[in-house]
Amino acid sequence: MKKLFVALLFAPLAAFASGDELQLDSADIDPHDAISIQRGARTFVNYCLNCHSASSMRYNRLTDLGLTEQQIKDNLLFATEKVGDPMTISANRKDQKQWFGAEPPDLSVVARSRGTDWLYTYLRKFYRDDTRPTGWNNLAFPNVGMPHALWQLQGIQSMKTESEEHEGRKVEHRKLVLERPGSLSPIEYDKLTRDLVNFLSYMGEPEKTKRSQIGIVVLFFLLLLLVPAWLLKKEYWKDVH
Amino acid sequence: MNKAKALLNWVDERFPLTANWKSHLSEYYAPKNFNFWYFFGSLALLILVMQIVTGILLTMHYKPDAGQAFASVEYIMRDVPWGWLIRYMHSTGASMFFIVIYLHMFRGLIYGSYRKPRELLWLFGMLIYLCLMAEAFFGYLLPWGQMSYWGAQVIVNLFGAVPFIGPDLSLWIRGDYVVSDATLNRFFAFHVIAVPLVLLGLVVAHLLALHEVGSNNPDGIEIKKKKDPKTGIPLDGIAFHPYYIVKDIVGVVVFLMVFSAIVFFAPEMGGYFLEHNNFVPADPLKTPLHIAPVWYFTPFYSILRAVPPLFNSQFPGVMAMGLSTMIFFLLPWLDRGAVKSIRYRGPIYKSALALFVIAFLILGYLGTEPTNVWGQFGSWLGGADRATVVARIFTIIYFLFFLLMPWYTKIDKTKPEPERVTL
Repeated sequence: MKKLFVALLFAPLAAFASGDELQLDSADIDPHDAISIQRGARTFVNYCLNCHSASSMRYNRLTDLGLTEQQIKDNLLFATEKVGDPMTISANRKDQKQWFGAEPPDLSVVARSRGTDWLYTYLRKFYRDDTRPTGWNNLAFPNVGMPHALWQLQGIQSMKTESEEHEGRKVEHRKLVLERPGSLSPIEYDKLTRDLVNFLSYMGEPEKTKRSQIGIVVLFFLLLLLVPAWLLKKEYWKDVH
Repeated sequence: MNKAKALLNWVDERFPLTANWKSHLSEYYAPKNFNFWYFFGSLALLILVMQIVTGILLTMHYKPDAGQAFASVEYIMRDVPWGWLIRYMHSTGASMFFIVIYLHMFRGLIYGSYRKPRELLWLFGMLIYLCLMAEAFFGYLLPWGQMSYWGAQVIVNLFGAVPFIGPDLSLWIRGDYVVSDATLNRFFAFHVIAVPLVLLGLVVAHLLALHEVGSNNPDGIEIKKKKDPKTGIPLDGIAFHPYYIVKDIVGVVVFLMVFSAIVFFAPEMGGYFLEHNNFVPADPLKTPLHIAPVWYFTPFYSILRAVPPLFNSQFPGVMAMGLSTMIFFLLPWLDRGAVKSIRYRGPIYKSALALFVIAFLILGYLGTEPTNVWGQFGSWLGGADRATVVARIFTIIYFLFFLLMPWYTKIDKTKPEPERVTL
């Protein structure tokens, strides 16, 4: 127990030992763009929702985005029959753990733990690595258990390491090169992942846009309330000297 | 006689309603020179009520079960109508409670509100603060995220550092060998009933003690010394109701604006109020790389990390952390100054207090970061982490503020206090 305690106490030290931070690309999503989120939802149910669940998210919540329940049923409902069901999957967790080395995490709030920039970077930084069991590796998440689920769209990237002299020090640059193009151009693929991340961000907190709208009303009300509150105080206090 | 008056008479014959109204509100005379710093007591009371009400609503859908807790919080956030608002009010309320309490305590420090005859008032306040820390700690486990889990694991393991009984003690607290369902259930019990009960009792005691001795004020002089010979009312006192009620309403509205801005626009506060890692469900097999407590505990966490282990035991650090909170209890007896208020204190006390505030803030910042955040010193200092060395220096300053207080407050050159309060 003492060892665990010491390990935990100094765990923060280990955090930065790995170093070599990857510069994250800006996801630059627009949470008000419902069409982008809809496209992201389509990619999500087609490509992600086989291994990953999003068990806090109900299909009919997508009516937030201007979809009707019939549209959701016709286009997005593959894994269940009821539109009010949450986005669960039927894959066996134990099997998954054997296949990938770890259970694929539930993605309901992944945008809130990882951040949208990280997700956007991660989805675009897969590369071919024959030393890995799945044949894939990722610059944003080294030795990740997940294979590149979108490779048919993005194509196959490989990693090239270039080294150069910089102020007398040898600096290594890791670069991903597109070896075999996929069905989408790099620009189209970036757009697809941006939409997907926009959906993940929306799913992380579906009330987000409503929340800030209400916030403006609340602050406006409080601002109005401040006036009589201040005048009342002034009136009572005018005889205090 | 009208009916309302008759009803009031009927009640008053059976319960001291009017008498209490008078003694605690309409005829409780507070100094008329309260400034900005005097809003935070009533605001703390407001947050307490808010936390209790939102907390009760949250328990209606929250499930204290290791298998369901995380999902039940997300259920509240999505499927319970207005659940997200109640949850954000509660999570923001926790951090705001500490902000308000820290400002309230700082007010006590600058105006010497803990000095005679308010020692008990201060002690009750300190007990409230300790209860609040326990309440926050127990509550933080409930969302069952990674930070909830590993934060609780680290803090409970601190008790394991106590010599001889440590391992048994931490086992007893957890109810299991690791933080588990048993821990979650008992923390839930402590968070929703045990600690709040004690907290409410202490708040009543705090207010009774305050109304017995009367409020201090920015001048640190006793208004009860100068009374109107006819009425017996302090010359510099004004009735709490209506004067401070209407003034506090203004404070409440301004506070609610800040509070709402956070709740509606930035409930995570950049990861300080709601930590990013806490959106990952607790996993006993995956230790996060960087474990830090929520910001309001970080000054003490820094002190814990700053103290080096002795004979391979972390106990000195744990002791230092415990002492750093408990030492506030001694303030009424450590301060030997001739005056109470910072307005009439000398330069030594002012510098000591400024240094203490800087130490508290820097320790707080360092507690949120890994110890190597500022890199390492060269080999001449054994390659030690810069942040650790700085934390050690400020830990010493933190304690010296208290330990040297009897001496420096005594020799300090104070200014004469005024006869009457100044507006």
